[in-house]
Amino acid sequence: MPIRTVMKANEAAAWAAKLAKPKVIAAFPITPSTLVPEKISEFVANGELDAEFIKVESEHSAISACVGASAAGVRTFTATASQGLALMHEVLFIAAGMRLPIVVAVGNRSLSAPINIWNDWQDSISERDTGWLQFYAENNQEALDLILIAFKVAENEKVLLPAMVGFDAFILTHTVEPVEIPDQEVVDEFLGEYEPKHAYLDPERPITQGTLAFPAHYMEARYTVWEANENAKKVIDEVFEEFEKKFGRKYRKVEEYRTEDAEIVFVTMGSLAGTVKEYVDHLREQGIKAGAAKLTVYRPFPIEEVRELAKKAKVIALLEKNVTFSVGGALFQDFSRALINEKEKPIILDFILGLGGRDVTFQNLDEVLEISRKALNGEKVDEVNWIGLRKEIL
Amino acid sequence: MAESPFKENIERVAKEYSEKMTPGAIATIPGSSVINKTGSWRVFVPEFNRDKCTRCFLCYIYCPEPAIYLDEENYPVFDYDYCKGCGICANECPVDAIVMVRETK
Repeated sequence: MPIRTVMKANEAAAWAAKLAKPKVIAAFPITPSTLVPEKISEFVANGELDAEFIKVESEHSAISACVGASAAGVRTFTATASQGLALMHEVLFIAAGMRLPIVVAVGNRSLSAPINIWNDWQDSISERDTGWLQFYAENNQEALDLILIAFKVAENEKVLLPAMVGFDAFILTHTVEPVEIPDQEVVDEFLGEYEPKHAYLDPERPITQGTLAFPAHYMEARYTVWEANENAKKVIDEVFEEFEKKFGRKYRKVEEYRTEDAEIVFVTMGSLAGTVKEYVDHLREQGIKAGAAKLTVYRPFPIEEVRELAKKAKVIALLEKNVTFSVGGALFQDFSRALINEKEKPIILDFILGLGGRDVTFQNLDEVLEISRKALNGEKVDEVNWIGLRKEIL
Repeated sequence: MAESPFKENIERVAKEYSEKMTPGAIATIPGSSVINKTGSWRVFVPEFNRDKCTRCFLCYIYCPEPAIYLDEENYPVFDYDYCKGCGICANECPVDAIVMVRETK
């Protein structure tokens, strides 16, 4: 029987790792994800998880140890956030290029300066071009589920890419919520023992990994990473379906909420999606045709699903906790790319809000609604808007 | 000069390695490093005096490349395609049968 309990997202991530039975975990503590390796080290010390827990001197070492372990042919896991993920940056490319299915739990936190430990998505968004798959959890249950899903997708023969699962700092990492811990047997059935497809050490099969590639080969090697990302789109759908059959919880790359006959659709990721759904209910009560959508999968970017979503809306309001300077937000670029050549497309508006852990309130969302309605009525509005910005102190 | 015993392997590797991209750009065929003739990096080159040689094999054992083979009479033969001119052989030789000299004068 699955255990129903209450726990923080950090604990949920540690439990997901325990259920996935990785053989090597290498991690360095960083706020807000410290509790993940802490809890895992407890599991290992108590003999509940048969794995090697490597204490390293930095996040660069943590991910490097994971690359080494994964290249040797075992399932590996680590957790990090913010500056820690930024410190991993260099090695993230290597992990993707070497096609190692490492899974990293990211407690989404802002980046310095100024130092801020609270939630936004700038850390993992900044790593969107590394080739890693990216999942974003709305609540603690999703944090657990998506890590299991991430392992399954990452290890698929057609994908073989590392994956990161983001869950919002403090809003999820340190908030206790009801979580269902699935049975170990069912997880074993779902995930199975890790069988390395290409990267493993065997004296009978001498290979060189992480090779030098001259101009004659580099482009082809990078293309295989592109191709694997494309393949992942289909594989993710299949894994979501299998997950639903086994565990009863349904996931979609783009989860829509009350989008039927909606004029304005609010699109977001992570825990903010919960707030936005509430807000949409609130608007529907007033007879305002609003809907919401959540990206569960950010990389590979679900272009087809976004196009389907765009057909239902007149205005798409993107709510983003990240900044791409002089452009707006990362989602704004991605949505623009998905829709630019479509014959009929909605107005896309970008709203940057909730940076560095600032609460996103209904008042903020009212502001978003007001601007969106103006655009809907044909008035000219800014494409990029900073919501909740305290202009009086500037 | 003796022909490299890896010649056949080199040709096979050169052919197969350039044909197919593997996942993660793994080099799956051992010996691909022999395609690259590393002897071009050299400044010094070992000069061998056959009369002094006692056939102790120390040069053969210590060559890190390994660019030294043994001929039918167990005398060392230097493969200048791969010798980087590191001078370890000359340093190890107990009877000074090998001396390092500048390759270009």
